Amino acid sequence: MPSFVIQEKCDGCKGGEKTACMYICPNDLMVLDPNAMKAYNQEPDQCWECFSCVKICPTQAIEVRGYSDFVPLGSSIMPMMGTEDVMWTCKFRNGTVKRFKFPIRTTAEGAANAYLDLQGKDLDSELLSTEEVDGLVIAGPTELA
Amino acid sequence: MALPNKPLGELKADLNPQVEEREVDILIVGGGMAACGTAFEVKKWAGDKKILLCDKAAMERSGAVAQGLSAINTYIGANSKEDYVRMVRNDLMGLVREDLIYDLGRHVDDSVHLFEEWGLPVWKKTDDGKNLDGKKGLKQGSLKSGAQPVRTGKWQIMINGESYKRIVAEAAKLALGEENILERVFIVELVLDANEENRIAGAVGFSVRENKIYIIKCNTMMVACGGAVNIYQPRSVGEGKGRAWYPVWNAGSTYTMCMKVGAELSMMENRFTPARFKDGYGPVGAWFLLFKAKTLNGLGEAYAGSDAAKAELEKYAPYGTAAITPTCLRNHLMLFEMKSGRGPIIMDTVTALATLGKTMDKKELKHLESEAWEDFLDMTCGQANLWCATNTEPEKKNSEVMPTEPYLLGSHSGCCGLWCSGPAEDWVPASYKWDYNGVVYNRMTTVNGLFTAGDGVGCSGHKFSSGSHAEGRMVAKSMARWVKNNAGFKPVLNKSTEELVDLVWKPVKIYHEFSGYTTAVDINPNYIKPAGMALRLMKATHEYGAGTATYYQTSSKSLEVVMDLLETMREDCEKLAAGDLHELMRAWEIYHRIWTVESHLRHIQFRKETRYPGFYYQADYPGQDDANWFCFVNSKYDPKAGTWECKKEDYIKIIS
Repeated sequence: MPSFVIQEKCDGCKGGEKTACMYICPNDLMVLDPNAMKAYNQEPDQCWECFSCVKICPTQAIEVRGYSDFVPLGSSIMPMMGTEDVMWTCKFRNGTVKRFKFPIRTTAEGAANAYLDLQGKDLDSELLSTEEVDGLVIAGPTELA
Repeated sequence: MALPNKPLGELKADLNPQVEEREVDILIVGGGMAACGTAFEVKKWAGDKKILLCDKAAMERSGAVAQGLSAINTYIGANSKEDYVRMVRNDLMGLVREDLIYDLGRHVDDSVHLFEEWGLPVWKKTDDGKNLDGKKGLKQGSLKSGAQPVRTGKWQIMINGESYKRIVAEAAKLALGEENILERVFIVELVLDANEENRIAGAVGFSVRENKIYIIKCNTMMVACGGAVNIYQPRSVGEGKGRAWYPVWNAGSTYTMCMKVGAELSMMENRFTPARFKDGYGPVGAWFLLFKAKTLNGLGEAYAGSDAAKAELEKYAPYGTAAITPTCLRNHLMLFEMKSGRGPIIMDTVTALATLGKTMDKKELKHLESEAWEDFLDMTCGQANLWCATNTEPEKKNSEVMPTEPYLLGSHSGCCGLWCSGPAEDWVPASYKWDYNGVVYNRMTTVNGLFTAGDGVGCSGHKFSSGSHAEGRMVAKSMARWVKNNAGFKPVLNKSTEELVDLVWKPVKIYHEFSGYTTAVDINPNYIKPAGMALRLMKATHEYGAGTATYYQTSSKSLEVVMDLLETMREDCEKLAAGDLHELMRAWEIYHRIWTVESHLRHIQFRKETRYPGFYYQADYPGQDDANWFCFVNSKYDPKAGTWECKKEDYIKIIS
């Protein structure tokens, strides 16, 4: 289900510090043509259909079209990312439309607690840093062969 | 007149790349769940040390969880860690490292608790037994405070995991610091120390964004770059080649890079060929466990519960007769139906949803439908589109299930990987732990100072996302110990800068030397492009290496043939050509894949039995032979001599 970029909508992220789809694609597929200032998928047959580029695109210029070798034409699924939820619109070949909303995170973006001030105490124990804080007791198995 | 012959990719590869040399205490290679665990944990134990992480992609969406997940498959909760070991042992047909699994079971929940704290929505059970999604479930409190998760199986919990990796990577990046992270840097070879035998000293790689080679010296290193995908001809062709079940960018880099510096591999014969919804490869776990669906053969029979199936499973007792049938044997039963002409295999979603619907009101039914779709949309979006394109509403139309092409991995329902030390505890058998200067380092490979986690650690599957993260954290602590105990070490690479640059950049040089000879850039007698080599590998494994072409069957003679083909491929890899940086990445990936596959097939060749029916069959040695093969198979590549050696390694039962 390779991603494709809609000519009219893509502005090459010219206002941003990086080309969003090129930044995010886990397989290095999305690239910017600097002359056209448009992005494109440089190797569609290695696309994992992970939708990372679709979800990150600031102008909603990227969609996906089902793999030509087994997906009939005429359907689409499209995510709309919010800060707390994702809204999916799923269009069937026969015209049926379904919409789903799912939570994606329960904290504000950037708010993950990295425990920056936490320093482990006993380097020789098997305890991980937050386990040490919790006072976890680490023990071997009791139901031995 | 020169014809318009030019590199295909957007970022051209120059003949003279910039070279940047660095020296750090701790090098983390990879950016997936395991590496994120290490990144989160490492500064808590080695805050004063120089640490660097290199990810081939962007951590926010790299690795196996890039797309998201709909469940966390390992959460111990109220279960016993001994039961966790027993479950993994039975699923992997008896041969596992029980020390590694038990050890992981002690830490995995702590990572899950962190995920929830960071913002991952986790489904909760209400007191009256209803399911709440991760947002509504917040009022139930956190798992850590005692709230009940929604269990699908004994070990799995449901999440709203679209942003799972983004959340985990966010904490990892904050903890390690952006200044200690290089994204889009692909490490391709490890380097041993010049002065000390069998000791890691550094690694070399390149940027896929600029013409730049990185040579990084280090005191200790973790390599966690996932498993191996696109090593066999996939069932889909053309564009569909990307629709791999496991992440298509996992190139066996973990196994190949560690193997090439002499690290011992274990159970590389193990593989995973998951049964998934056909073509879209959507997950079936929730359909079996949450929706209680059954699979039917082409005649409409629920074959898995038949007398014939029971008789077949008896042959593989005690694994086949256990309460939960091992994954490979479930495939075996499915293949038996297909080969007998009773295919295709159908997931009866219609009956399952109708049955559940009998006790539900309209609102609950709507929610159930939403859950079914979320299962795909959270982790395999393309399957949802396939349902849309084929007008499949699961309450009205059933879907076909099919085992996929083979994958190599050590964190999901597979157990190939590196032979690693267990923890320094009395209950761990002596042959399962080894020391360096008197200290045992948990998860260290057989190369001193070289660690791995997640898909990299062999003989201990069923870690999944949460376990891989926890294992990465365990490795962080081991590496902190290592740098403290070996503070005086000064790494000296056993290859010169010039040698390393020549090695990494060879495909670019070949491209520049010869590409002007022909008018079409991809067809040239002096070189082969990575895309062509990738297809060559897949064709060979497909036909001879127990791929889907032969219903996963190989034979001694077929293995001989494919070994010859692989040897020629390795020779021809010296003539890989790359005109741009993306293609250079592909060149190194196919090189990694070829070495990994070769180790897989060497192990299958060595193990003269069929340990995992349903995953692969050795036709000359059908069935299990416990008398001779109830042991691990380990292999080692000798980097000096250029030779391989396979051997048996004792299995020791620890847990009753």
